[in-house]
Amino acid sequence: MFKHLPEAEVETLHLVFDGAEITARRGASLAEALLAAGIARFREGPDGAPRGPYCLMGVCFECLVTVDGRDNRQACMIEVRDGMRVSSAKRPQA
Amino acid sequence: MTMHSPLADSGKMLDLVVVGAGPAGMAAAARAAGAGLSVTVLDEGRAPGGQIWRGVSDAPAARAELLGPDYVAGGKVAAAFSQSGATYLREASVWSLFRAPGHFEVSVSVAGGSRVLLARHVLLATGAMERPFPIPGWTLPGVMTAGAAQIAMKSSGLVPAGRTALVGCGPLLYLLGMQLVNAGAPPVAMIDTSASGAMVRALRHLPGFLASPLLPRGLSLMVRLRRRVPIWRAGPELRIQGDSQATAVSWHGGQVAVDHVLLHQGVLPSLNLTIAAGCQIHWDARQRCFVPRLDDRGQSSVRGLYIAGDGGGIAGASAAGFAGQLAVEGILQDLGLGDARRLAAAQRCLKVARRGRAFLDVAFAPQHVLPADDETIVCRCEAITAADVRAAARLGVPGPNQLKTFLRCGMGPCQGRQCGLTVTELLAAEQRRSAGDVGYLRTRFPVKPLRLAELAGLPADRAAHVAVTGHPPKEGPQR
Amino acid sequence: MFDTAVIGGGLVGASVALGLARAGEKVLVLDGADLSPRASRANFALVWVQGKGLGAPDYALWSLRSAGAWPDFALRLQRDAGLDLSLSQRGGFSFALDEAELAALEREMKQIDRETNGRAAPWELLDGAEVRRRVPDVGRGVVGAVFSPADGHVNALRLLHALHRAINHWHVTYEASRPVTRIEPLASGFRLHGEWGTKAVPRIVIAAGTGSDRLAAQVGIDVPLKRSRGQVVVTEKCAPFFPYVSATLRQTDEGSVLIGDSDETDTDSIETRPDIASVMSARAMQVFPRLADLNVLRSWTGFRVKTRDGLPIYQQSADHPGAFAVLCHSGVTLAALHADVVARQIHEGALSGELAPFSTGRFDVQAPA
Repeated sequence: MFKHLPEAEVETLHLVFDGAEITARRGASLAEALLAAGIARFREGPDGAPRGPYCLMGVCFECLVTVDGRDNRQACMIEVRDGMRVSSAKRPQA
Repeated sequence: MTMHSPLADSGKMLDLVVVGAGPAGMAAAARAAGAGLSVTVLDEGRAPGGQIWRGVSDAPAARAELLGPDYVAGGKVAAAFSQSGATYLREASVWSLFRAPGHFEVSVSVAGGSRVLLARHVLLATGAMERPFPIPGWTLPGVMTAGAAQIAMKSSGLVPAGRTALVGCGPLLYLLGMQLVNAGAPPVAMIDTSASGAMVRALRHLPGFLASPLLPRGLSLMVRLRRRVPIWRAGPELRIQGDSQATAVSWHGGQVAVDHVLLHQGVLPSLNLTIAAGCQIHWDARQRCFVPRLDDRGQSSVRGLYIAGDGGGIAGASAAGFAGQLAVEGILQDLGLGDARRLAAAQRCLKVARRGRAFLDVAFAPQHVLPADDETIVCRCEAITAADVRAAARLGVPGPNQLKTFLRCGMGPCQGRQCGLTVTELLAAEQRRSAGDVGYLRTRFPVKPLRLAELAGLPADRAAHVAVTGHPPKEGPQR
Repeated sequence: MFDTAVIGGGLVGASVALGLARAGEKVLVLDGADLSPRASRANFALVWVQGKGLGAPDYALWSLRSAGAWPDFALRLQRDAGLDLSLSQRGGFSFALDEAELAALEREMKQIDRETNGRAAPWELLDGAEVRRRVPDVGRGVVGAVFSPADGHVNALRLLHALHRAINHWHVTYEASRPVTRIEPLASGFRLHGEWGTKAVPRIVIAAGTGSDRLAAQVGIDVPLKRSRGQVVVTEKCAPFFPYVSATLRQTDEGSVLIGDSDETDTDSIETRPDIASVMSARAMQVFPRLADLNVLRSWTGFRVKTRDGLPIYQQSADHPGAFAVLCHSGVTLAALHADVVARQIHEGALSGELAPFSTGRFDVQAPA
């Protein structure tokens, strides 16, 4: 769980993650928004173990989620948009 | 050889493309624009600042203050850059850098579409990334890098809630500790992994450190941190516990319950684009990593391709700024517009800014480079363990590229960023060779992923079609 | 101390070394450096038969025979190495994106039938509708295809790993970073020279891919090679959608998609060219439109081991009968026969019979004026 510093409020956006509604602040990356919403597990790794964001700067490729139907998007490299539909990724079945 | 002009976007030849808008990239672009060169900066970020000054241009004053004076100073550099006249493309990911005779073709993905920029010179200012920290449990949710925690703070004003442990060594970790304390989210523990005796070994580099601006800041930081955060010395068998999430950090003789773990044992030059562009690299024993071969102005082994900032060797933000300026002085020299005085001045400033680095490299040398526990994951993307790598090493593989073929380390989307150095170190240890002899992964384009449809959308000439299909393209609507 | 040294530790060298070791020999493999050009790391992993041997019926039948021998080869290798090779031989398509391509494919397949008196691999000519009936994801841009049930693919990376584990299991001595620069014939054998030192052995097998010609020349074997570079684009993993294989598009057992290929003869560089990658990607999307949103993770190039006529070379030196050269551009398809027939004949000391069509003597035949 990540929490916000006591700063001036910015606009609140609404997203859906794995079917559940969460709120986010405008300007945040999707990964930051999910962390602020208490979500630590973003996907299933290659060995089936749960994985979550590690570097938050686009070089670890752990924060992969499906966004609006497109798979394997790096959540840390996308800015949140109102109405985004996000789901955690399962590993592709062999 | 064929000129690849059909790849060109608008055909306009820029004087300089800068990849990265951190301290080095911004300083370089501002100098270049000031000297009248046509310069475009390609930045993956949403705003200038790189990682170290991420979000600086619109950070609320209170947030900037708790991040510290160095962060605040970055705001001025970003402002100067924004007013410099350099063209700036945000959220632009460079995935290929192709050398054609006399110029470079830079493929960049912006808003889901790729285009190619032509430039006579390219400056790579892609900075650094965290050194991998392969200990058992490092892939659990709740475990991140120290850099990630700073990005969350800088980008969104977020701090970890609950019990946070800082694990590792190095000034960045101590700075983060203090920033979290200032933010009202003090870590429950700092588990220091620096080697006992490292401080003593570092003392022979002390004169440089004493003469550098790092010393007074560093010492006061550590004194204040010790008052607020319990500091443990990590013993052997350091691991992170938990099933679906990190719940504790343990070592022989100790344990701390946690909700978050932040790891750090130094940073490494970002090399994927550098290597894919054909630059030679070599092993730097003191920094314990590969760095590009650069001349005294920052030009790589590829003529016209310069590297500045941490991507050329770790030296910190203020050195990066001078290195950026120096590279442009070198480029101006290449173009016959050089100013020998300014070039010499930039070299001097860079030298001063690098003072103290040797002390830090030795005092905070990483201690968890070789996974002791065979079950530790080395390649995160493919879940390859240290046991797998050691077994392949014993088969006598010549190096990390053959090992990649056997085990898939380096074939995942991160292209070896999280496993490359660990693989080299494991091979070197198992086969009793030097890391320099073992070598490193040869990364290839695209160095960042792009959609197949984007790649398919690039223009191609008749020769390219013939090479693929055996015949020229059909008449009809041009792609 | 060694019976034979194999120069080259790729798919060809390691297969031959395995066969020799299983026949009871003490074998030394001298392999190149980590970044030596290696077709074994840059291939399309095909166990491919259709279309092979146009104008060369012996090669068409040699390929077919090897594909037939692959399942037993794989079983035995998997046992020796403890690795699953994911061999899949469900059949392969050559997709045509226009009628001219389809007509050319049909002409070639018929010619091969004639030249082999009908003994080549079976095949069918399919129209677009039939292709899409069998593979529903194929796009409208495909007007037809040739399909052969004899074709397949394997995890070629694991194949190379397995061969290395297997030769280790059979006590072959493997030494990497030992490039051989000079072969010195001795009274009873050869002395191999490199920057690393020298080694004397009674017999040698040159299996050094594109590096074979200058080595083979030193023992009187002429290996005419021509340059042929190919590029491949690799995507991220996705759910299985293509259970067959095609020569320029396949989905690996891991789930990634490989897209090829090109034939470039004008370059020595290993740099991938974005424009060629672009043409290959566009064609791939015409065959499977669903590929559009997949991320490309990397691309690479490989230099094919292309002899002048494209056929393998299995040659014993006339001047130095203890020296053999083994090379081909289908190191995956032919691995089964290399570990078996070819290694056995080398072990017995003479190449004959079924290997005769692949001797270098064929290059001496004068072309009509």
